Amino acid sequence: MQNTYENEMKLEFLSKSSNEAFARITVAAFASQLDPTIEELADIKTAVSEAVTNCIIHAYENREGIIKIVCRIAQNSIFIEIADSGIGIENIEIAKQPLYTSKPNLERSGMGFTIMESFMDEMKVESIVGLGTKVSMRKNIDKKKEEQEEFVS
Amino acid sequence: MEILYKKEDKLLEVKITEEIDHHTTEKMRRRMDYEIQRHMPRKVIFDFNCVTFMDSAGIGMVIGRYKLISMLGGSLEIKNIRNNIKKVLEMSGIHKIVKLYGEGEGKTNAKYI
Repeated sequence: MQNTYENEMKLEFLSKSSNEAFARITVAAFASQLDPTIEELADIKTAVSEAVTNCIIHAYENREGIIKIVCRIAQNSIFIEIADSGIGIENIEIAKQPLYTSKPNLERSGMGFTIMESFMDEMKVESIVGLGTKVSMRKNIDKKKEEQEEFVS
Repeated sequence: MEILYKKEDKLLEVKITEEIDHHTTEKMRRRMDYEIQRHMPRKVIFDFNCVTFMDSAGIGMVIGRYKLISMLGGSLEIKNIRNNIKKVLEMSGIHKIVKLYGEGEGKTNAKYI
């Protein structure tokens, strides 16, 4: 089988809130081979943090579960999939609305999906109630580094 | 997190020294609420100088503290905000109710005194 991507990594970890920082830092480290700007890297970290937090709070409702992340690099873009086997989302359109939260008592802002959508170039949510949710995101990283390399050599 | 209360100004300065996400806000909010209720400050300043990361959990945390502080008659400001964090804060519309200062903008405390 021929891969259509240039690089790939997979990450699996328990749905503990202490893993939120681990997940976003790991994805950012993988993304750094595309030579992103500090701002692009911050965008990726924030989007990953939102998706992972959703898995912990909403999908597993603080019970223990597995969160899986797959990252691929192809043509100056990073593709990130974050999946859980939690309760699923009944109505994705409502969940994606800015300021909507199913857990207002937890001081959640309801901005998670809005941030993922606006910080990344593409965001898609697939969910089956009772089976789980998968968030797929893509971020394009501009190719400024090649010009720089030419300068150096 | 370092908390400093200046009694003569009724000013509570909260220096946050870690990344702000769902995991860290839990204990942060407990400690802040305790100090806010204990001192009933006229003004609370969050110093974000050491905050390199914040996601939407931070929005919820700031709005929650804003509600408590204003209920007790005080106001809230955030200073030394990095650009990536400003981006998250501004998405929420929080800048309409809480004064935000970028890096260096709130450096001297002169204007607070």
